[in-house]
Amino acid sequence: MIHARGLARTFAGRGKGKEKVEVKAVAGVDIDVAEGEIVGFLGPNGAGKTTTLRMLTTLLKPTAGSATVAGFDVATQSQQVRRSIGYVSQSGSTSPEARAGEEIMDHGMLYGISKQQAEARGRELFGQLDLEGLWTREPRAMSGGQRRRLDIAMGLVHDPKLVFLDEPTTGLDPQARANLWTHIADLRTNLGSTVFLTTHYLDEADALCDRILVIDHGTIVASDTPDALKRQVSGDLVQLVVGDTEQAARTAELLGGIADAELTTDGAGVSARVRESGTKIAGLIRELDAAGISLESLEVRRPTLDDVFLDLTGRSLREDA
Amino acid sequence: MRGSFWRETVIVFRRQLRMALRNPAWVIIGLVQPILYLVLFGPLLEPIAAQLGAQNAYTLFVPGLLVQLGLFGALFAGFGLIAEWRAGVIEAERVTPASRTALLLGRILRDVLQLFVQGIVLIGLAFLFGLTGSILGMVFGLILTVLLGAACAAASNALALTTKSEDVMAPVINSIALPVLLLSGILLPMTMGPQWLQTVSDFMPTKYIVNAIRELFLGNFFTLTTMWGVIWTIVLFALGLYVGTRTFRKENA
Repeated sequence: MIHARGLARTFAGRGKGKEKVEVKAVAGVDIDVAEGEIVGFLGPNGAGKTTTLRMLTTLLKPTAGSATVAGFDVATQSQQVRRSIGYVSQSGSTSPEARAGEEIMDHGMLYGISKQQAEARGRELFGQLDLEGLWTREPRAMSGGQRRRLDIAMGLVHDPKLVFLDEPTTGLDPQARANLWTHIADLRTNLGSTVFLTTHYLDEADALCDRILVIDHGTIVASDTPDALKRQVSGDLVQLVVGDTEQAARTAELLGGIADAELTTDGAGVSARVRESGTKIAGLIRELDAAGISLESLEVRRPTLDDVFLDLTGRSLREDA
Repeated sequence: MRGSFWRETVIVFRRQLRMALRNPAWVIIGLVQPILYLVLFGPLLEPIAAQLGAQNAYTLFVPGLLVQLGLFGALFAGFGLIAEWRAGVIEAERVTPASRTALLLGRILRDVLQLFVQGIVLIGLAFLFGLTGSILGMVFGLILTVLLGAACAAASNALALTTKSEDVMAPVINSIALPVLLLSGILLPMTMGPQWLQTVSDFMPTKYIVNAIRELFLGNFFTLTTMWGVIWTIVLFALGLYVGTRTFRKENA
């Protein structure tokens, strides 16, 4: 569905004084997305996500490299690309004072669909996206979640094979986010669409995507399934709190026996990364017990994509979000 | 030209018109504007007309009011586009296969229609105040006004898409509109002013258009003044559409 090679975009900017500098927003990325995949494009703000997306959706011409989207070249066959894809941008797609149904019909007709077809398809999408009864509602009178679903309906009115979603859940409350996730997952289940979405929420990428591309400073630093990416991090985080600092020193020795990385002691707390902790924790507890150490608490945390991101870039994604 | 081009233009035009008509403020202000000019400004000018040697005050002033209506209404058309851009509508339309020129043209057509209706209201009402002249000339005068308005609307949309900010656009528009208004002889003919002012106004294309519409209202179709006005209208129209189309076609706009 998407094959990009060395796709790059530089903007002319101004450095100190009046010298011209080239700002590399995207510094040559390779992207491959197969039909029917849901792929997440993950990175902090300013990493080049939206610029890449705008190149793939023909809104921006690449300064280097090439890309085919839905079988067509983005540079030379932009018309065919536009016909085959749906794009749901961050900024919305409808006028606040228009009426929802009319917006989706006009949008469909701009794709060359007849008025009757556009209305039928629009009403069908309103049904699928929990927008029943909102056909004549003005977007300004809708909730954030409803408006987002309307944007998605707008992007689907011409039955695209490939859907681009740019930060689909940014600014939504947790309930509306969870609700939208089911709808995005349904795009593939019900419509067989391929979905390419950008996000800076790790839980979102984790919950929705078959595969994740991590972009930082304009280059792709990782591409794998969420689980495989998490496996790259050296194991689960095991955190223990014991009676006092003396016991903590002894605990650190015992935990050191099974730890793979990051063994740290902080007062009465001891923690470490342990691979396949599930098979080793029981033994550890027995040893602690035998050594007469009173265990106050034990916590095992599976690696998150945030850990992956920290691992890959040396920064936490949350700092930027 | 592709058949789909006109279809797309009509879709955009219809959407714009529908939203405008549903906004009572747009409709009322649009209709009241020409009436206000005529009712509040006309009486002030009546005594001056005689001094200028004009037989009918309204045959002299209605052409100016027409051009003013065209210039001001259309120059501010771009503000609506900024709001649409902010709502994501422009980008959503640009990922469709629709022609970018159609996206612009559909919007301009709405402004042109508004101007046309306002012009008819203005001329019709002016008859009640005592306007006389060539009806055919008035029709041609209205056509020139509409073409000028289309040029201004296209330029305004281009400016809106380039600046993407009301705060930048408002002073730019005002600093263009005010000298144009004062130097085109829209309210008072430039011949009333001192020589230096007349010389400066010679560089104002809209002055020739106002003069041409005045000639047309008097029924003088084949004079040099009329010809220059028509030429300038066509030049501005072509220029406005060129700039507007170029901006809409430009990537990342």
